[in-house]
Amino acid sequence: MSKNPEFVKFDKVDKSYDGKVLVVKDLQLDIAEGEFITMLGPSGSGKTTCLMMLAGFETPTNGEILLDGKIISNIPPHKRGIGMVFQNYALFPHMTVYENLAFPLKVRKIEKNEIDKKVDKALSMVSLNGFESRMPGQLSGGQQQRVAVARALVFDPSVVLMDEPLGALDKNLRESMQYEIKHIHENIGVTVVYVTHDQSEALTMSNRIAVFNDGKVQQLSNPSELYEKPVNSFVAEFIGENNTFNGEVSDISNDKCKVKLSNADILASPISVKSKGDKTTVSLRPERALIEPKEQMDNMFSGKIEEVIYHGDHTRVRINLLGNPEFILKVPNSTSNLELKVNEEIKIGWNSSDARALDPK
Amino acid sequence: MSSEIKQILTTDGIPLEISLKKAEKKNKIKAFLLVAPLLLFLFITYVFPIGEMFSRSIDDKMITNMLPKTFKEMEKWDGKELPSEEVFTAFYIDYKVLIENQTQGKLGQRLNKEKNGFNSITKKLMRQIKRNKIDESQSIKEQIMKVHKRWRDVEYWQAIKRTAPPYTMAKYLKGMDMYFAADGSIAQVDEDRRIHRILWLRTLEIALFVTIFCFLMGYPIAHLLATLPMKYSNLLMICVLLPFWTSLLVRTASWMILLQQQGVVNDFFVLIGLVADNNRPEMMYNKVGTYVAMTQILLPFMVLPLYSVMKTISPSLMRAGKSLGGTPFIAFWKIYFPLTIPGIGAGCLLVFILAIGYYITPALVGGASGTLISNQIAYHMKTTLDWSFASAMGLMLLSGVLVIYWIYNKLVGVDNIKLG
Repeated sequence: MSKNPEFVKFDKVDKSYDGKVLVVKDLQLDIAEGEFITMLGPSGSGKTTCLMMLAGFETPTNGEILLDGKIISNIPPHKRGIGMVFQNYALFPHMTVYENLAFPLKVRKIEKNEIDKKVDKALSMVSLNGFESRMPGQLSGGQQQRVAVARALVFDPSVVLMDEPLGALDKNLRESMQYEIKHIHENIGVTVVYVTHDQSEALTMSNRIAVFNDGKVQQLSNPSELYEKPVNSFVAEFIGENNTFNGEVSDISNDKCKVKLSNADILASPISVKSKGDKTTVSLRPERALIEPKEQMDNMFSGKIEEVIYHGDHTRVRINLLGNPEFILKVPNSTSNLELKVNEEIKIGWNSSDARALDPK
Repeated sequence: MSSEIKQILTTDGIPLEISLKKAEKKNKIKAFLLVAPLLLFLFITYVFPIGEMFSRSIDDKMITNMLPKTFKEMEKWDGKELPSEEVFTAFYIDYKVLIENQTQGKLGQRLNKEKNGFNSITKKLMRQIKRNKIDESQSIKEQIMKVHKRWRDVEYWQAIKRTAPPYTMAKYLKGMDMYFAADGSIAQVDEDRRIHRILWLRTLEIALFVTIFCFLMGYPIAHLLATLPMKYSNLLMICVLLPFWTSLLVRTASWMILLQQQGVVNDFFVLIGLVADNNRPEMMYNKVGTYVAMTQILLPFMVLPLYSVMKTISPSLMRAGKSLGGTPFIAFWKIYFPLTIPGIGAGCLLVFILAIGYYITPALVGGASGTLISNQIAYHMKTTLDWSFASAMGLMLLSGVLVIYWIYNKLVGVDNIKLG
């Protein structure tokens, strides 16, 4: 079976609710068959709207959505054959777990024994066998969530949409459900479009992540690239933690550029700066800056410790560095721990390849 | 072993259970004192009047108190032949007392209700006694029997005996167009005089149809209310509530203006050529008027419970239904509708119970064919002054409502009701 790289295709999709503001702007997005793609973004960034357009509950104001090469804008939701897991699960409270799962099969007029088989299979997939006759109200949040996943998968849809399905669960349960959903996806190979505002969720689960902001996809890439190589300062800011310096490019070569700050010059790799004089925001991950580095690094500065916060597995150190009082460092909790005291002056170093000169904020 | 279980003590050494009871007792007393005024209020305004109604509806002590000796002697009488000398004597003594107290007229009236012809023969007997025509040294039976031939008729004595018990169900039977026949069995009133049964059936029919109309109209309104955006739904809510806040009498009167033959609706029909000017349909003083006005007046009682239930149904449930492959109709019928049943139950029960005892509207717009049992109760309260019969019918209505409530509980379950 050859995978279709354009299984779901958003083609120049615009969406506006009031005719004044565009919620989604010129969305161009291809989703491959069998892929787990996550739409990540702050609330109001248009990601849920995209999902609703795909499910058929909203219509695009402009442009087309194609599913397996067919335009689906005129197909009502119940004929699209897309499974969906809702934010609050949307289990039918007056039906048992079995009836909930049988609902999509019954409306498709599938035979009784076939329904039994499929329901049984779907329930074993989420390890909920034996819960058939329970009512949704008698289940815990995590169990309800699994029933909702099983129900979205039981009729073998080609695409499953998940709208912040783990939002209501507590932290531990959320993490174990993340792995569970990921494994289900790996086992049955269905295409999943997942919406979340939780970046760690997106990073753990997805093949690719589309970061949304302001109605536009800011970056579409796999999790590691997204974290290591953000293409603009929004993505750098939104995914993971981030130290920033605002300045102006004073010198630029192929893989290095000098950025002039108010009181120093730092070296960075040019990502979205083109020429001398460009304003830029330099982004640096906290774990890439080292305290008292042993080997030589091309950025070496000293700063004053403002605050030390103990986090268990690591210690966060806030340093006033180069006029930025919010510079954060993460020091792993190891036996060879340094003595860090507030108001102490320490040396900080990082490589220019880890500092990315992005668009100005 | 239970005997080996150690008694759990508090830190101060008092057994835990006793300590808990002590702590709870104060709260319990407080709680009771808080609800006590309401309890008293309920008793005075609800339990007591209903008890009073009940005792009034079955009360038949008047004759029992008037003829105590007679009834005592009658206990020995088999009721087939004419009663013995002792019964006659006892009746004579009782009746003499009544004459002295000048209350003999009431006895005549009451006995006349039991059997026609008593009024004249008791009056005749009274005149004889007043003129001292009865010689107490001779057989009283012979002398009374001479007063009028009806005193020789065993049926009249049987009628007196029937009034002996201090309680009677006769009013309830009358409410169902039945009565105690001469031999004590229950008989039906002649077919052309069975007005109560018609009224009961009509009341049920009108209440049922009003409930159905309210449901058919209220369901979409409640759905709109629950799903429209706030600014429209508030406006719609006011439209629903505004009539609710208007006086019942005003609303009924405005229906009279609308529905009468020279009224607004008829004028409009004539204007658009639906009916001829000289053939305007009768829309008031009949069932149509009752249906229209009562449906409009009771509609909020259907809309509000439905709305409060629909408001809690997440719109994502319908979406889930559709995304799982259900057509909009299936999603509505299998998912939305079953979830609104608690509201439907509450609304229908509320409207039905209110409709079954409705008074003002049918009295004003119902005419002859649109009046209900409540109008009949009011008629007996105000016009015939037969309060015991009015009480009996009121209680029959109440028990009818309770039966409906019971059936509803069996079918749907009262726990499922949601009023808000």
